[in-house]
Amino acid sequence: MSVQNSSLSLQRAGGGRAAAEGIPFARLVRAELRKLTDTRATRLLLIAMAAATPVVIAVMLAVASPRDLNYTRLVDFTQTPQKFILPALAILIVTSEWSQRTGLVTFTLVPDRGRVLRAKAAATLGLGLALIVIAFAVAAVGNLLGGLRHGDGSWAFGAPGFGEMILVQLLTLLEGLAFGMLLRSSAAAIAAYYVLPTLWSALFSTPGLKGIAPWFDLNQAQGPLYTHDITGTGWLQLLCAASIWVLLPLAVGIVRALRGEIKSA
Amino acid sequence: MTTPPPAAIEVAGLSKSYGREPVVADVSFTVRPGSVTGFLGPNGAGKSTTLRILVGLASASAGRAAVLGGPYAALPNPGLRVGVLLDASAQHNGRSGHEALALSALVMGLPARRADEMRDRVGLSPAEGRRRIGDYSLGMRQRLGIGHALLGDPELLILDEPANGLDPAGIHWMRSLLRDFADRGGAVLLSSHLLREIEVIADHLVVIGGGRVLADGTREELLAGADGGLEELFLRLTAADAREDVTR
Repeated sequence: MSVQNSSLSLQRAGGGRAAAEGIPFARLVRAELRKLTDTRATRLLLIAMAAATPVVIAVMLAVASPRDLNYTRLVDFTQTPQKFILPALAILIVTSEWSQRTGLVTFTLVPDRGRVLRAKAAATLGLGLALIVIAFAVAAVGNLLGGLRHGDGSWAFGAPGFGEMILVQLLTLLEGLAFGMLLRSSAAAIAAYYVLPTLWSALFSTPGLKGIAPWFDLNQAQGPLYTHDITGTGWLQLLCAASIWVLLPLAVGIVRALRGEIKSA
Repeated sequence: MTTPPPAAIEVAGLSKSYGREPVVADVSFTVRPGSVTGFLGPNGAGKSTTLRILVGLASASAGRAAVLGGPYAALPNPGLRVGVLLDASAQHNGRSGHEALALSALVMGLPARRADEMRDRVGLSPAEGRRRIGDYSLGMRQRLGIGHALLGDPELLILDEPANGLDPAGIHWMRSLLRDFADRGGAVLLSSHLLREIEVIADHLVVIGGGRVLADGTREELLAGADGGLEELFLRLTAADAREDVTR
């Protein structure tokens, strides 16, 4: 480390620069996208996911029965690693501001906290959309290659199928953001995200509660989106379950973030 | 007669309590361009809370805190006008030092090379810039934090304990950096418990204890009657405050 003379510049401190212009929202989104990729933890998660999608397709091509080698099934399988890993990124982009205390810098540079939270949501959902489009493409390549093993090769998926898969992806990411905002600690939010819904599903698979499970269990409510046969009641159940698992923690988390004090310790 | 330049920071009747516990009580002081104001007080005196209120990270229960003529949150791109260092350890441990600077440069709308310039300016080598902040010593974090505060070429610096963890050479370096900044017309609000450092660098002193201002004036005024320098003054003021607490 060298110590150098600090009086290099003789101009006036803070001399003449356009500081009156605000910070465009797009620039905040770019910064948040960068935060999603510039630490070791997030980079490992992204690499794991990028590697997982083609691996899953390759395994399917090698071992699945030819009748399962169609576009619907292949898309389903590419979703598994994404649905498992992406929410962790959504959690970390929020919790790191508190658990790594970077919020002290972030919210000093951008005092409008709501704007920062919107930029985080835009960056996370945008990344999720890009990754699911890649998964759709990889699954399509898989379906073409499936022809080599005389696979089913059916493309019966339909435009609503894309929409439903994208909806699941966005809901999953929003749930991650919501858990992060509510709990603020990376470890607690990640543990809660992966454990609570499973315990909840177990609870709602007991005989007395099984009938009402789709109203309260988000995994069950999302089931018909995977099988592409969601009904009117199904949409209502999805709305109800998403309110509990996504909207409610998100609302509480937003209020806390906007009103609370940003502390260093 | 010329009018004095507008205040860089103007705090008036600022109070903050958590529940019924007052942490900051009716604090008022002014920081002017071209000067270094030392903000002193024992642990728990309300220094950090006051600084957090100044930059909008906490809200005041009563009173007013104006930064460059208005509320801090009203500045369109605050990083270009106010350099802030509240806690050098509040950086992502998994990010490199260079990345932390580059990320903030991006938010402020500055060219990426500005991050390299500031890393150089605070005496971190390119190799050190590439290391994870988690592997930095406290002194390196302090340098990075000061570089971060200077990133937007601000006219006001708000620094909480910036000399913590710096070695003697580092302290000397920071002293001349801040002196130079003030001589060029910048304003500095500097909190520290390193009395010796404050005594050497500050033109103006604000001493708080128990959330209240105990003394406020130029260094010459305040040290006029204190043969033992700032340390004697500080101990006398804070001891008197503690006695009052007992009788209250």
